[in-house]
Amino acid sequence: MTNIPMEYYLVLSAFMFTVGVTGVLLRRNAIVVFMCIELMLNSANLALVTFSSYLGNPAGQVFVFFVMTVAAAEAAVGLAIIIAIFRNKLTVNIDEINIFKW
Amino acid sequence: MIDLIYLTVVFPFVGFLINGLFGRKIKNEKIIGIIGSGAVGLGFFITVMAFIETLGLPADQRSNTVELFTWISVAGLKINAAYLVDQLSLTMALIVTGVGFLIHVYSIGYMHGDKAFWRFFAYLNLFIFAMMNLILADNFVLLFLGWEGVGLCSYLLIGFWYDRKFEKGTTSEAAKKAFVVNRIGDFGFLLGMFLIFYTFDSLTFNEVFSKAASFPVSETTFGLIALFLFIGATGKSAQIPLYVWLPDAMAGPTPVSALIHAATMVTAGVYMVSRASIIFASAPAVMTVVAVIGLATAIFAATIGLVQNDIKKVLAYSTVSQLGYMFLAAGVGAFGASIFHVMTHAFFKALLFLGAGSVIHGMHERQDIRHYGGLKKYMPKTYVTFLIASLAIAGFPGFSGFFSKDEILWYSYANGGLFYWIIGAITAMLTAFYIFRLFSLTFLGKERFNHNEVHPHESPAVMTIPLMILAFLSVVGGYIGIPEVFSGEHGNLFEVWLEPVYQPAMEKLSIYGFHTHFEEILLMAISVALALTGIYAALYIYTKKPEIARKASEKFAALYRILLNKYYVDELYEAAVVQPIQKGSEKILWKFTDAAVIDGVVNGTARLIGGLSGVIRKIQNGFVQFYAFIMMMGIAIALLWLILSL
Repeated sequence: MTNIPMEYYLVLSAFMFTVGVTGVLLRRNAIVVFMCIELMLNSANLALVTFSSYLGNPAGQVFVFFVMTVAAAEAAVGLAIIIAIFRNKLTVNIDEINIFKW
Repeated sequence: MIDLIYLTVVFPFVGFLINGLFGRKIKNEKIIGIIGSGAVGLGFFITVMAFIETLGLPADQRSNTVELFTWISVAGLKINAAYLVDQLSLTMALIVTGVGFLIHVYSIGYMHGDKAFWRFFAYLNLFIFAMMNLILADNFVLLFLGWEGVGLCSYLLIGFWYDRKFEKGTTSEAAKKAFVVNRIGDFGFLLGMFLIFYTFDSLTFNEVFSKAASFPVSETTFGLIALFLFIGATGKSAQIPLYVWLPDAMAGPTPVSALIHAATMVTAGVYMVSRASIIFASAPAVMTVVAVIGLATAIFAATIGLVQNDIKKVLAYSTVSQLGYMFLAAGVGAFGASIFHVMTHAFFKALLFLGAGSVIHGMHERQDIRHYGGLKKYMPKTYVTFLIASLAIAGFPGFSGFFSKDEILWYSYANGGLFYWIIGAITAMLTAFYIFRLFSLTFLGKERFNHNEVHPHESPAVMTIPLMILAFLSVVGGYIGIPEVFSGEHGNLFEVWLEPVYQPAMEKLSIYGFHTHFEEILLMAISVALALTGIYAALYIYTKKPEIARKASEKFAALYRILLNKYYVDELYEAAVVQPIQKGSEKILWKFTDAAVIDGVVNGTARLIGGLSGVIRKIQNGFVQFYAFIMMMGIAIALLWLILSL
């Protein structure tokens, strides 16, 4: 593994992040948007692990656990909200969800 | 009893509360009247007891302070609700509660059957409450509380019959006028108070006056303080130029006129000048102003009184004139004589007003003396008492007014000069003339009223008994102040009693020249002769030869018209003060400043923010992705900037 240069991991991470961002900005389905957010978080995790391993500092890997914990909590709350919205509006198309306007 | 002096303030207030809150339910006039009069009567009783107790003390211990509680305490300013019981305040308290009590009793008869009987008594008691605070206060702030209180009550009482017609308007307008004119004076008083605090760092009488006697304070400062205080006094005591409210105060019920004019409110200014005698004594220039204003007011108002036809108007101008005398006395440093005249004036002027009220009562609310005449046989008690009061005010020897007026005239000659005395003596003659003109036209001569419409009758005992008591006082009231020339070494007892109060002022004023008793008696003889001439002339003209008066008014038609219209001062005020203020308020303050500038700025700001928010509102569209996009863009730009700046 050591012979694979660090850049490969980072490029992969950046790619995943970009895919995530694009998804968040362009997709209409709230659940997909949500998944894209997870993708962004994971890309960040990948970067953290990469740096941690290459710099020989375990702190980065510890951070990954925090991120995963937060992501899990966020997913739980977020999905609950999405379900609640769906029950009210019978849609998860976020173009139609702008009720927090004012 | 000195410690209980605060009860003289508490009782009227309780009376006010009872009658004011429950009067409408009590309904029974007798009970309301007894509560109202009783509150003041009890106050009088306590004052008398305190007076007797004070008399028993040695002369240097007669000034006592009764502290109740700390009223205001802010930083360096500490003001107690405390009452100063000394010779001056006791004298005033005796007058106010004593004469006030009689007026209350009289009102039970006079106001009989009025639909707001209870309200009248509630106001009267509140008035006494305020007045007692004014005269008993041991500091300027409490005095000011009473000062404003009597102002408020005069407003309420003058406008008591708020929907009645009065001259060109209603009584409410007369009340408003009194209120507004008084505010001008109060403004001066407030400025004086501020300056006192600034200069002496205290507002308590004892402290201020002891500092005033010893502190190195410039004459200019004293002059300013005294001038401001005097402006306050001119408002309350109806002196030039703020006297215009007082004749209009006639719009109120007659007992109110008696109360305001004789015993209470209008004397507040005299009392205040007297109380602050040390400050005035330290400002000789202002003393001259006080004396000249007093003198001018005295003769000016007396000339107007000569031709008025409303019975109460004559008395109103007479009050203005007599108050002028009091200020003349204060201005020449005879503060004791000034308070002496306050006292005797309270007796005979209250009597005159109540007598006039009795006449008006008997004549079914008619007030024009041209339609009176020959009432002597219909109202014998009113007639006799009114005669006594007239003699007293005219300065007939032996009556109370003679002693006090002569004292003032003598001091104005001794301390002021011959000129003061001449004007004062002429005023005395005019006074004698107009009061006996009033007397003759009312009680003597032919009956000029229509017997089918008017049935003159004597007033009930509840009204005539106070008249008799006041008549008695009008006669004997002067004997406590027999001038030195007659009483020998004792001196004028009244002034000896008040002397300690004015001691510091007298030390600053060293204006006493040497005068012989011969001079005093000579001047007295002349002024008595003048007064008798005035009395005789009036009696002769108005009972025997009324055509003289008519001819005189035709011959001097222009002068007569000027006097009848009170020198057109009201019109002058209207043109010089009221109109410019109204126009200025309307054109500049309202239309320009308020409507254009202030509203413009306020509405403009609102419109600007409204417009801006309309633009910003478009950004906040509620689409999460839009927000995320903006955020991303922000991050991208921040990153770009970071990279570029590396």
